[in-house]
Amino acid sequence: MQSQFDSGAKDQKANRPLVAEFRAATKRYGTVLAADALSFGIGKGEFLSFLGPSGCGKTTALRMLAGFETPTSGEVYLDGERVTDVPAYRRPVNMVFQHYALFPHMTVAQNISYGLMQHRPRPDRADVARKVDRALDMVRLSGFGPRRIWEMSGGQQQRVALARAIVNEPKVLLLDEPLAALDRKLRREMQIELQTLQRQLGITFVLVTHDQEEALSMSDRICIMRGGRIVQSGSPNALYDQPISRYVADFVGKSNFIDGRLTALSATEGQIETPVGQRFAGRVSGALPLGSKAVLSIRPEQIDLAKSARTGAEAVTVINRIFLGEHTEYLVRHASLGDLLVLVARQAEASAGSFAPGDAGFISWAPETGLILPQD
Amino acid sequence: MRLYAFAVYLFLYLPIAVIAIFSFNAGRHASQFTGFSVQWYGKALSNPFVTEALWTSFIVALTSALIASVFGTMAALALQGMKGRVRVVADALIYVAVMVPGIVIGIATLIALVTLFGWINPLLALLAPEGQAPQLSMGYGSLIAAHALFSMSLVIIILRARLAGMDRSLMEASADLYASPFATFRQVTLPLIFPGILAGFLLSFTFSFDDFIIAFFVAGSETTLPIYVFSSIRRGVTPEINAIGTMVLVVSLLLLVAAQVILRRGPKKEGADAA
Repeated sequence: MQSQFDSGAKDQKANRPLVAEFRAATKRYGTVLAADALSFGIGKGEFLSFLGPSGCGKTTALRMLAGFETPTSGEVYLDGERVTDVPAYRRPVNMVFQHYALFPHMTVAQNISYGLMQHRPRPDRADVARKVDRALDMVRLSGFGPRRIWEMSGGQQQRVALARAIVNEPKVLLLDEPLAALDRKLRREMQIELQTLQRQLGITFVLVTHDQEEALSMSDRICIMRGGRIVQSGSPNALYDQPISRYVADFVGKSNFIDGRLTALSATEGQIETPVGQRFAGRVSGALPLGSKAVLSIRPEQIDLAKSARTGAEAVTVINRIFLGEHTEYLVRHASLGDLLVLVARQAEASAGSFAPGDAGFISWAPETGLILPQD
Repeated sequence: MRLYAFAVYLFLYLPIAVIAIFSFNAGRHASQFTGFSVQWYGKALSNPFVTEALWTSFIVALTSALIASVFGTMAALALQGMKGRVRVVADALIYVAVMVPGIVIGIATLIALVTLFGWINPLLALLAPEGQAPQLSMGYGSLIAAHALFSMSLVIIILRARLAGMDRSLMEASADLYASPFATFRQVTLPLIFPGILAGFLLSFTFSFDDFIIAFFVAGSETTLPIYVFSSIRRGVTPEINAIGTMVLVVSLLLLVAAQVILRRGPKKEGADAA
């Protein structure tokens, strides 16, 4: 199972030299364990995300990297150097704050040049101005330098915060829920922009987010966190296709879960038996002994909804239909399995016909698309 | 209800208005208005006792406000760094200091200073046995010290509110951008709380300039403007006193309005930033 834990992490990007590393970094607040012996490396030029609900330790991890928190025990390395006790202002990393934290008493240009101006001896003014202009160009805010912060919209402030960080050419750029305050459309735009920027600059990005879509769309690698630990790390694809637990499957994408007990186990195949005695086959992922509580996870898009019964199909009643454009999402009710989500592609619906609430239907899925996972 | 409100305002402001109006009275008597004149302003400002008291008040107010602003700011910043119960207690004590009646502070300060002088003066006499020893006594020093002490709590309260409304991540952002703690203070914290400091300074100045009760106890042989007014009023209310009162009122009101304007303008910028 160890190989699956690191599934996808061994892609070409993970083999780059490390720019940052945590070695058993632990952070305790009183009795709360915010980071529990975190050990991981971040490759040069990688786009890494920490994904998890609030309180899972992702922000603590980021703040230990920035230097705002000192680990209770363990070590943090940046660019090969031990920086565990080095204060934030001596670390070659920069952060984009959740609410931007732009200095309200300064202009946009003064905000962006702030980091450069802290160097002693003072840098050449013309040189600073040139760098600020280049950073403004990069975030598509050319000419906004003399503006006041409160004259900028939320999206523009976001870009200023980004420019203020990247102008310093940090070894690692830290992003703390940077898009949380933007509306949906702007968020998508910024996602694309961040990705483009990261490729252009070649800077390592470390993103903290609770938004799975954000993490999935931008990252090379995602660390799913829970209770101060990394539950699973891997490429977005690997996490989606091979989650090692119900927690990960639930957090990355949508999924249907059928509770039961593992009744048969071969190398990778297994069988789950529900409390009412129904049996379903599936691939086994994660560490599961025979007879233990398990859950069968089936992605909504893997389920086929048909009007007529086929062998192995289950009868359901359609409860709700949500039109999503390229897909239609059905909520169907099964007598013993409960409510299930089914995603039907537009083309499939066009050929097979659509369902209305109250209609009867039959669901089926290929056994190999079901994943049998540990219950937690 | 409207009538009540009207009556309240009438009782509050009518006496003040009367003083202001009668300060322009041409006649000698405070009871009947005989014509418009600014002669009492001229008389008041050419009276050497008045100008000296005014000067004393000004020096005391300026010095105590400066001291209160500097030390109040330092105390507020230190309080901001405190946590939990210690901070709650410290905050509560500051509010108590503002609410304690002036007369209690006056007496307490007097007793404390007299006791202190009682210890120090013999020591000073020992150090300089020629009989040339400087002796501490009530005067400018005690006035400034007492006013600075009281004003400091005003400054702390204003700054605590301002610091609490300030986004902590601004300081973190500054540190993240390579600014040392001192550079962060100079470039971010200080500019952002400066309106609060200025407002605290103005309020402290106004308080000290107007204060009678505390000054009465600790002024020693010095005469501040309120003390002068109090002592001369025993010889009857003259239009000259009205003129002085009106001048003090105008100066105080202007300073208070200035403090309010500064305090209001400050957070607006931050608010716009957060939006």
